[in-house]
Amino acid sequence: MADLRSEFVGIKSPNPFWLASAPPTDKEYNVRRAYEAGWGGVVWKTLGEEGPPVVNVNGPRYGAIFGADRRLLGLNNIELITDRPLQQNLREIKAVKRDYPDRALVVSLMVPCEEEAWKAILPVVEETGADGIELNFGCPHGMAERGMGSAVGQVPEYIEMVTRWCKQNTRMPVIVKLTPNITDVRYPAQAAKRGGADAVSLINTINSITSVNLDSFAPEPTIDGKGSHGGYCGPAVKPIAMNMVAEIARSPETAGLPMSGIGGITTWRDAAEFMSLGCGNVQVCTAAMTYGFKVVQEMISGLGQWMDEKGHSSIDDFVGRAVPNVRDWQHLNLNHVTKARISQDDCIKCGRCYAACEDTSHQAISMSADRVFEVMDDECVACNLCVNVCPVEGCITMETLEPGMVDERTGQVVSGEHGDWTTHPNNPSVVAAE
Amino acid sequence: MGNSPHTDGIVAGRISADAVADNFSDLHPPLDDHEALVAADRCYFCYDAPCQTACPTSIDIPLFIRQIATGTAESAAETIFEQNILGGMCARVCPTETLCEEVCVREVAEGKPVLIGQLQRYATDKVMAQGKHPFTRAAPTGKSVAVVGAGPAGLSAAHRLAMLGHDVVMFDARPKGGGLNEYGIAAYKSVEGFAQAEVDWLLQIGGIEIRYEQKLGESITLETLQGQYDAVFLGVGLGGVNALRAEGEDKEGVRDAVDFIAELRQADDLTKLPVGRRVVVIGGGMTAIDAAVQSKLLGAQDVTVAYRRDKSAMGASEFEQVLATSHGVRIEFNAQPVRVLGNGKVRGVEFARTTSAGGELTPTGETFEIPADQVFKAIGQTLTTDAGLTVERGKIAVSETGRTSVTGVWAGGDCASGGDDLTVTAVAEGRDAAMDIHATLMGKGA
Repeated sequence: MADLRSEFVGIKSPNPFWLASAPPTDKEYNVRRAYEAGWGGVVWKTLGEEGPPVVNVNGPRYGAIFGADRRLLGLNNIELITDRPLQQNLREIKAVKRDYPDRALVVSLMVPCEEEAWKAILPVVEETGADGIELNFGCPHGMAERGMGSAVGQVPEYIEMVTRWCKQNTRMPVIVKLTPNITDVRYPAQAAKRGGADAVSLINTINSITSVNLDSFAPEPTIDGKGSHGGYCGPAVKPIAMNMVAEIARSPETAGLPMSGIGGITTWRDAAEFMSLGCGNVQVCTAAMTYGFKVVQEMISGLGQWMDEKGHSSIDDFVGRAVPNVRDWQHLNLNHVTKARISQDDCIKCGRCYAACEDTSHQAISMSADRVFEVMDDECVACNLCVNVCPVEGCITMETLEPGMVDERTGQVVSGEHGDWTTHPNNPSVVAAE
Repeated sequence: MGNSPHTDGIVAGRISADAVADNFSDLHPPLDDHEALVAADRCYFCYDAPCQTACPTSIDIPLFIRQIATGTAESAAETIFEQNILGGMCARVCPTETLCEEVCVREVAEGKPVLIGQLQRYATDKVMAQGKHPFTRAAPTGKSVAVVGAGPAGLSAAHRLAMLGHDVVMFDARPKGGGLNEYGIAAYKSVEGFAQAEVDWLLQIGGIEIRYEQKLGESITLETLQGQYDAVFLGVGLGGVNALRAEGEDKEGVRDAVDFIAELRQADDLTKLPVGRRVVVIGGGMTAIDAAVQSKLLGAQDVTVAYRRDKSAMGASEFEQVLATSHGVRIEFNAQPVRVLGNGKVRGVEFARTTSAGGELTPTGETFEIPADQVFKAIGQTLTTDAGLTVERGKIAVSETGRTSVTGVWAGGDCASGGDDLTVTAVAEGRDAAMDIHATLMGKGA
């Protein structure tokens, strides 16, 4: 059986599945139950500075979008940081860490952008025995209006400054949680690194309005007829998060910076994908909020089974393995030619490939009177849309033309050589071969 | 009363009122909102969808299902009603397993079709429950059309004609409209007076007058109608019943299945409707199945459907056969009635065993008896009057658009040649004839 043990910036956990800082990790009761269910670690819901805690709305905090059979695909929330007193949280953190020494316990923090505020909170957190801190520079709603959360995360200089304050004032590892509500995630990541961050975690939630009530014309969740943008999370955000992770992983300035992957991780497979893009571990929230803490058991068994099947004995065997394969478009091999192939045995004759290709793509699929659908190689540009719209998995595949074969669309013989845009004759800035 | 399934003879009250009510409840309870969304989501929105091609009324099924999936069941209903104004009844009685659902790509691929019939019911019920009628009449044309027969074909034709601005007068031999929807199909397919509610809803279009208890060839004649109206549509159905042509079919306890079903459909209290202890239904179509299953549901002890050919030739669909057998009805194939036994009252039927391989019916020489105190004949219906029109294979000969041999007279539904004897086919034929009548009256006809 594969070894799922994880060591992330020196923090050990029995598996790489942590609960993200969020409503599920707001108190001792939940966190104990999460550990009992099998979670390897927990990032405690964000603590604010000493004093009267923040208050939350008293109407709905969440909005959602759904797929078939009301499967929750995206969740949006307007909940703020913990609304419980700092001292109570600290007491509970200490008690939990004492009882679960083998589990990771990281504390998320968000205090005003003043050094004194950080200097004040760091020692009291350190005193709990927590394994590390995560700087919440990501929350896009509510707290950002007060100059915290994503308001900090959107200014690389602030990220660097606050990270440096923390590194100077605590022995605990510092993880900087990044907001996706920026144009290029590499800059905040670089800033965190300059500030001395041990790792970054990403992504926090995305600014979003999940729906508009068409009777009241108010965004949902609606509080007394009004709504505010919330933070979007859940399966829908995974592709966005993975791209951001990959950008940091392959950027020379940040390559090698430890990352904790967050964003719609729902199954072991999602976790493995994030980790293959360079994340040392993953954090989960929406899946737990949707299905309960027990989902981690599938993640553990699934990742273990996959690792066994692939011969990965530890998670280090596959972390980052996909990073070298994430490339700029200009380096993709233009001499790689594929054609769609429809398996007539698997085809159920729905005609979706035909409609998609005929109406919206390259008119490369023929339809006979008895509903036989076939690809016309002289028209097929291998766009893959037919594969994507086909309801039968594996029915339509892309076949690679071997070197020496003729691409009927272009009449060109397929070359075995790599040839990309940088050397293509149509490129005005082509670099002449030496 | 003390009667039970084991009481000899033809008696009422074999089972309790509660049991009867339960037995005759909705065969397919309606989908709730969430069930409908889940069912709708299974539709692949096929290109040039096979289900639509298979539907005799060519309802745009992928479109109406997508309209349900996006929360606009009212629009879905309109999509249905545009093609099939009796979409509500068809959703209940269509043999979808041999039409749309049979060719659903998910039936072909997985053996589990999209629940097209139930989704159609979901949409149409929603609109009908609101009492909304989605269509309005065009400006009056000044033309009038007589429609004879207020069954599915006649109602469909009348609605389309009224919508196009013509004035329609309908004539029906019975005291109520609906035709076989009201008098023919099994009660558990049309519960809570749906057939009448549908007629009332359909008439909201306006411009349609119905005159009941007017029978063609008796109180009205084709000639008079032709003189009084600009066009005539006949949707009179098949009012006659084929004879058994077996000795003793006049014995007490032998009756036409259609009469039994009509009596059952019109009964106020099914516990007062008599049924035999041992019932034999002779025939192989939907009527035979409907009579047999309902006999069983009334509390008959043994019910047998005897069909002279083999299973593959049976008119009743596989679904209907399974429905029957799952209710405890026995289906005896290759059994041809020879004589009805009994001294005055029926006590059984003697059958000759047949082979029907290759389509040819041949007695094997073996005979056997099935005991019965009630026998239902369900071996097909016949035209009661041809009204002087050309008839082919027992039905009024019509063109693709329902034109009969006489100019100005159209026909559709079971009484006319072409198409299966199904509600949905009758609706299509009525609609298409109406379009042709309209084109003809407005001077655009061929």
